Amino acid sequence: MIYQGKQKIWSEYQKGIPSDGWFYVRSCIRQNFFPASEKFFLGICRDTLGHDIYETKHHTTCGGIAYHSDAIPQETAMTIVARQFALMKEAGYKNLVTSCITSFGNYTEILETWREFPELETRIREKLWEATRREFDKPEYVAHASDLVYKFRNEIAERAAHRLVDVHTGRPLRIVEHIGCHYSKMFPHKGIGGAEYPCVLSGMVESWGGEVIDYPERRHCCGFGFRQYMVKANRGYSLSNTHKKFESMEPFRPDAIITNCPGCPYFLDRWQYVIAEQTGKTYGSNGFGIPVFTYEELAGLILGIDPWDLGLQIHQVAVEPLLDKMGVPYNPGTKYLGLNEKDIMRPGLPSALKCF
Amino acid sequence: MDYFEELSKDYRFKEGFHTCINCGTCTAICPAAEFYKYDPRKIVSIVQTRDNAQIEQLLKSETIWYCGECMSCVTRCPRKNGPGLVIIALRDLSIRLGFFTESEKGRQIYTLSKRLNNNILNKGYCVHPSTFTYHDHPESGPVFEWVLDHKEDVYGRLGARYGQDGPGALRSIPQEDLDELKAIYNATGGTARMELVEKHSRAKAAQMGMTMEEYEEYTFNHCSGGHFNGE
Repeated sequence: MIYQGKQKIWSEYQKGIPSDGWFYVRSCIRQNFFPASEKFFLGICRDTLGHDIYETKHHTTCGGIAYHSDAIPQETAMTIVARQFALMKEAGYKNLVTSCITSFGNYTEILETWREFPELETRIREKLWEATRREFDKPEYVAHASDLVYKFRNEIAERAAHRLVDVHTGRPLRIVEHIGCHYSKMFPHKGIGGAEYPCVLSGMVESWGGEVIDYPERRHCCGFGFRQYMVKANRGYSLSNTHKKFESMEPFRPDAIITNCPGCPYFLDRWQYVIAEQTGKTYGSNGFGIPVFTYEELAGLILGIDPWDLGLQIHQVAVEPLLDKMGVPYNPGTKYLGLNEKDIMRPGLPSALKCF
Repeated sequence: MDYFEELSKDYRFKEGFHTCINCGTCTAICPAAEFYKYDPRKIVSIVQTRDNAQIEQLLKSETIWYCGECMSCVTRCPRKNGPGLVIIALRDLSIRLGFFTESEKGRQIYTLSKRLNNNILNKGYCVHPSTFTYHDHPESGPVFEWVLDHKEDVYGRLGARYGQDGPGALRSIPQEDLDELKAIYNATGGTARMELVEKHSRAKAAQMGMTMEEYEEYTFNHCSGGHFNGE
């Protein structure tokens, strides 16, 4: 009965996501920490599955982090976004797909605010013209990149080289899914499944053979908090929130975590390292952490892409325990090679968290 | 100045402030309230009293800077309020009036404005490896210290175009696009906001007997006791 209730609510939050005609905008944070995820989003959706996604070198930040850190006024953030819309119009595209969850929330909030206060949209059009001599059309559809991977999840499953299954036992792997707050907490109807039962990541996990863990703090923020991480003096907030999530998920013995926000995988990965170094506590087995992945990284593993091409070597929590469970082959000797197989040494090792 | 009237002009406030029934759902769900001495219910409650003296206290307080803007409160409020949006409006007014320098957490706006806006205007993005240092981010771990020491090689191997032309991650943003961002800042108050933050911060640094370098270092690193629950 309860399951039916969840299904009923979830059915109200379906999105008719277009397959093609996408204008892609990158993420400030993901470029730094997960550049290969952005590469393989385009690689999988555009090159492997043949969908039309376009990127121009002229696009920029949406300003979302600065806006939510109170460093720029609302009209500045809106006009930067209006410029992105103008670039999309000039390129002949009508659908906008963002790599970043903060951007997705920012674009959605701006469009909703303009819908409610049309005079503000008029003012921003004037500001954009004054500053750049550009004009824009509002997108017909705004999606987050994970929406597209969700839409294509079964096509990815059909091409699977590996599944989210323990190859030694046949057990579905237990996966924690963590969704960025600005995906659907502000505008639930804009996210697949809404804010209560978002399905964008759990749908991928189930399609690829895994089992989704439901745990008490599943919807709790990772703790980014913009200024609460960007300023060193505030990072206790960020660490404390991640710690709360790990204490809550620990009894369910997750094999891995999948995320769709730029900051979340970084924080869920790095704060495990900090917790281990400060307290000696690790949340995986045998001194390892729980590996944390972007949805593109997990999709890439499913499709048989080399883990080091996916950038899994620049995580701080070792990913090898999950690779071993999935039966993904990897070469430890090539993990830390640079461009053109150049020897660039290797990172130091943490003292408490087990790494390779 | 009637602060409530001033807040009412802000579109975030228009969206996020309706009659609050003081149920406390926002505080129950709030990630900040669990750790900081922060209660969004109380803040919205104070605002809706329209008491100028109390609102001015808020604008000069630590508490309005504790929110992480995750917007979990927006989902849960039974009356469709957005305490997080009210917070954004309060912070905006605090900055415009120069009240932000009255609190330790408010003074951090100086370092946030300087670092984020410099990145946007010079690199086209809020965060960039050329300004992200291991010294400021030891939590990024030994693996990222290694990445930062070998940026061209690591990012090159992972398909990024670090510092290069053309589309792709970490590409060099064309100067004409950076010029457009600057023009947008000039036309929309972004530049004026940066200058205002700088002016008030300079005055505060002088009052505290610090150079601007010392002030930035202090606001970025220093956390006094008393912010957290149980302290």
